Amino acid sequence: MLKKDTYDVVIIGSGPGGLAAAVAAKKAGAEDVLVIERDTELGGILLQCIHNGFGAEIFKEDLPGPSYAQRYIDESIELGVETLLDTIVLEVTPGRKLYVSSRQHGFFEINARALVLAMGCRERTRAMIQIPGMRPAGVYTAGTAQRFVNIEGKMPGEKVVILGSGDIGMIMARRLTFEGAKVERVLEILPFLSGLNRNYVQCLQDFDIPLLFKHTVKFIHGKNRVEAVETVAVDDKWNHIPGSEEYIPCDTLLLSVGLIPENELSRQAGVELDPLTGGPYVDESRQTNVPGIFAAGNVVHVYDLADWVTLAGYEAGKGAAKFAMALRASEEVHIPVLAGNNVHHVVPQTINKRSLEDEEIELQFRVRMPVEDRVMIEVHDGKNQIARRLARYARPGEMNTITLKPKNFADVEKASSITVDVHPR
Amino acid sequence: MVEKRRLICISCPVGCELDVTLDEGKIVDVEGNSCKLGLDYAEQEIFDPRRMVASTVRVKNGFHPLVPVYTEKPIPKPKIFEVLAQLRDIELEAPIAVNDVVIENVLDTGINVIASRDMPKV
Amino acid sequence: MQEKYDYIIIGGGVVGCIIARTLSRYEGRVLLIEKEADLCMGTTAANTAIVHAGYDPLPNTLKARMNVAGNAMWDALAGELNFAFERRGDFVVAVGEEELPALDTLMLQAKKNGVPGCVILPGPEVRRREKNITPDVSGALWASTGGICDPFAVTVAAAENAVMNGAEVKLNTEFKEFIMEGDRIIGIKTNKGDFLSRWVINAAGLFSDFVMHQAGVRPEFKIRPRKGEYFVFDRADVEIDNVLFPVPSDKGKGVLVTTTVHGNTILGPNAEIIDDKENSSTTISGMEEIWAGANKLIPSLSKKYVIATFAGLRPMGNAPCKTPGVNYNADYIIEIPEEVRGFVNLGGIESPGLASSPAIAKEVVDLLKDAGEEMKVKKDYDPIRPARPRFREMSQKDRKLLVDMDPRYGRVICRCENVTEGEIIAEIHAPIPAITYDAIKRRTWLGTGRCQGGFDTPRVVDILARELGVSPLEITKRGEGSEFLFRPTKKVEN
Ligand SMILES: Cc1cc2nc3c(=O)[nH]c(=O)nc-3n(C[C@H](O)[C@H](O)[C@H](O)COP(=O)(O)OP(=O)(O)OC[C@H]3O[C@@H](n4cnc5c(N)ncnc54)[C@H](O)[C@@H]3O)c2cc1C
Ligand SMILES: Cc1cc2nc3c(=O)[nH]c(=O)nc-3n(C[C@H](O)[C@H](O)[C@H](O)COP(=O)(O)OP(=O)(O)OC[C@H]3O[C@@H](n4cnc5c(N)ncnc54)[C@H](O)[C@@H]3O)c2cc1C
Ligand code: SF4
Repeated sequence: MLKKDTYDVVIIGSGPGGLAAAVAAKKAGAEDVLVIERDTELGGILLQCIHNGFGAEIFKEDLPGPSYAQRYIDESIELGVETLLDTIVLEVTPGRKLYVSSRQHGFFEINARALVLAMGCRERTRAMIQIPGMRPAGVYTAGTAQRFVNIEGKMPGEKVVILGSGDIGMIMARRLTFEGAKVERVLEILPFLSGLNRNYVQCLQDFDIPLLFKHTVKFIHGKNRVEAVETVAVDDKWNHIPGSEEYIPCDTLLLSVGLIPENELSRQAGVELDPLTGGPYVDESRQTNVPGIFAAGNVVHVYDLADWVTLAGYEAGKGAAKFAMALRASEEVHIPVLAGNNVHHVVPQTINKRSLEDEEIELQFRVRMPVEDRVMIEVHDGKNQIARRLARYARPGEMNTITLKPKNFADVEKASSITVDVHPR
Repeated sequence: MVEKRRLICISCPVGCELDVTLDEGKIVDVEGNSCKLGLDYAEQEIFDPRRMVASTVRVKNGFHPLVPVYTEKPIPKPKIFEVLAQLRDIELEAPIAVNDVVIENVLDTGINVIASRDMPKV
Repeated sequence: MQEKYDYIIIGGGVVGCIIARTLSRYEGRVLLIEKEADLCMGTTAANTAIVHAGYDPLPNTLKARMNVAGNAMWDALAGELNFAFERRGDFVVAVGEEELPALDTLMLQAKKNGVPGCVILPGPEVRRREKNITPDVSGALWASTGGICDPFAVTVAAAENAVMNGAEVKLNTEFKEFIMEGDRIIGIKTNKGDFLSRWVINAAGLFSDFVMHQAGVRPEFKIRPRKGEYFVFDRADVEIDNVLFPVPSDKGKGVLVTTTVHGNTILGPNAEIIDDKENSSTTISGMEEIWAGANKLIPSLSKKYVIATFAGLRPMGNAPCKTPGVNYNADYIIEIPEEVRGFVNLGGIESPGLASSPAIAKEVVDLLKDAGEEMKVKKDYDPIRPARPRFREMSQKDRKLLVDMDPRYGRVICRCENVTEGEIIAEIHAPIPAITYDAIKRRTWLGTGRCQGGFDTPRVVDILARELGVSPLEITKRGEGSEFLFRPTKKVEN
């Protein structure tokens, strides 16, 4: 369970963006750093990217996704980053209050002095590109299939057609081949590859998987399970070329047709999104238009390499830590004034300790119950008395006061709150 | 005999297209590379093509039923499916730590297959 | 020993389920059979979800009578069964002066059909009420009794309430033929064995022609599927809060722009007659047609925000209207035919079949009474189906209370629609268990959001496998043959 209800830096998402932000925030001096992840472990999408190809920029190594993630997981744990797993953030307010929910920890609120959005992205679906046909089982986004194969160890299909030449699609073509499936074809509507050349070589070419440019899926057949797809060639304007149709029997269609930054939470928080990226507008410290809310990684714009995400995460973490420390400093100057024994309320409710250095502060209050005898009015910090005054009586109908003087400053400065009590003498 | 080969360098994400000229089975010219790694790649790819292999192996009592693994270094391309077949027969016991050796010196290549993450026990 | 019932209903769409629920009020054993792995997989699964006011059907048809009577029954139905129903009214929008006369025709028809609460609004008033509407709008018929509902919720709630009141529901059970004794039907044969019954009720939707032909009734009756396709928009991006019809044409009610009780704007349907009753595919031409139709009403729509497409088949029949003088060849059939005994025959229940369904059920009871059935109300009949918690619709405060009570409601499985593990488990163990992915989707609305199940599918497969005590490999999308997974990657068992 959580140790606090307010954190210096809260990070939503534990992919490379989130973990790098956590590490950087700690290193920049933030004390309480919390990462919230809806999955059951840290690492984000990297955990299912078991292929190598990560870390060339930062580590000068060719690492698989999980190894790459492991380094940041280990580092954040060492630095004392707190984590909440299997816990989803449902809502973020512009004032950086988070509503979170989890089976293990329940439903609760967390306040963040600074917040880093690192929710990553989601995959574009069949409906977004409006592929006509039936709606059987067997149409998956490549990332969903990747999770099935690499994490859960289950095959989502045996005879596969892949739409889209993005990296995830090509990588899945090889993965499925490795696990004994047959990839019939990869189709790309554009006249060029949308993923990396190296993935074309080592994922398709190496295994003689045909890649057809300027081709798409025209129709999905099958009532219960995919039975075939009809493919078609397109012209430069993506118009279907009649007569080029081909009927390809298969049981699975994988879609690798793009990623979209995941910004539903950002919107609720009042974060403005750039229609060109689908992610927040950010400054160089990765701060969004909402003060104290930062964003890094695929949530901002879709990256090709995890290293760039990590670097962006560092910036966001640093910025967030700076913001949080400044806020904390101002919080430390302001302390609450609490109503104690027989006191109904006190005004002002908070004071700036520094004001006491050269000014008096009058605390106004009302008592709850009448005392028709002499009473002692006392201000204390929970342990030590700071000021006191005798009064002849105390009545709820009459406002009462006690004044703090510059001479009390030394005592008040040490306090994290002060309380007004009224006791019978 | 002069022979021309078109390769795509996979040593980094740039993916330069390399035009390799061979004479009597020897590389005499490489064009299109942006760095020295490209030259090494051409040499390697023509005489001893190699690939990194990443897959999974089964785990008993693990947090997940599988742990991802990979070859520490690229292995000869023709051996890929043999390595995969070996991996298919292995079952490890959790816990496993990142970089634990899963197969030592796989198929006498001198290269180890290692785990790419921790896999805690449940 | 064969099971013996008083009433067997063939078909678990909205019509069959509301009939089952209505009959469960009376003494007698009720069985509903459905050939698919879940209720509500036929026409009721894919339609516009509108509870029509009743100005549309031709006057003096059975359809008109059922629509208007049915519409009036929805408030009580929703109140008892606890499903989402909103009477927000609907507009028939005239674009350009030339479409205005059509509104008068509809208004007249509304009067003849006895539809209350209709007015004709001038163009500027329509624009004031729906700011996104085309500037060419010239007026609209406003029908205050028009409503929207969640057809899955209605159907499942009705069936659950029937089960609560003693009815039985058998899924994956397909009617094959009747068991006859002379001219009397005494039971049915199915793929799951024979069941005897005093009455059999045909509510088989698209296949109602097959069922009645098996009874030797109306050999000339034929269902022709008429396909309608739809676009669904992301709630967050497109907000058209009204129900907007174009003026009707000879092709039917036309392409609507409308909202759902879940808050998504949807477009559709077109109307295309096809042959294959299983062919609920979306098509390029269909999608183009609805796009053009919808743009006529709302010119500012963008395909960028489409999150789903689907298609449904209307069971259009060819039964002539029985009222003399009405020339109409697609009226409903709701009858106890003379040729056989023990058979209540329904056919051609196309739109507005959803709106009409409560009246159709009442009509069935009236017919049974006419046929001499006593129809004695059960003493312990309970019309209330309690609602189950829906996390997505709750305030943060109520969510906390719910999760404190049962932590399984704290784990969110569908991130777009905020559906929790607690809700999924509750549906798997409900009176009518949801045992496929689609069944859970229809009940909880999981997987219907912008990621379209990309995130939740592996998790739901896991939960289903765990709760049903089977391997994930056995979990299906919509019944046998629609398994998600084929085999372990290695030989991993789990
Ligand atoms: C299939 C695939 C293959 C790739 N291959 C390569 C490669 O070979 N080389 C390379 O360098 N890069 C590769 N990349 C790119 C790189 O991995 C990603 O760009 C990077 O992981 C993105 O990091 P992120 O932190 O922005 O997001 P993610 O890693 O997606 O992390 C986001 C995290 O936020 C969590 N989250 C989201 N919303 C919430 C919420 N409301 N509450 C709690 N938690 C939430 C998610 O569960 C997730 O764990 C690949 C990416 C993919 C998808
Ligand atoms: C595009 C479209 C839009 C529509 N819009 C609206 C609207 O807005 N408002 C409205 O009121 N109506 C609308 N309708 C009409 C409405 O959807 C139908 O009238 C209604 O759903 C019919 O319900 P049903 O129960 O009769 O049929 P179905 O839902 O089709 O149920 C019949 C069931 O019987 C089962 N079955 C069939 N044969 C057998 C067998 N041999 N054994 C066992 N089971 C069998 C089927 O599997 C099916 O589940 C629309 C229809 C369409 C297609
Ligand atoms: S030649 Fe150099 S820059 Fe080009 S792909 Fe190879 S390693 Fe990268």
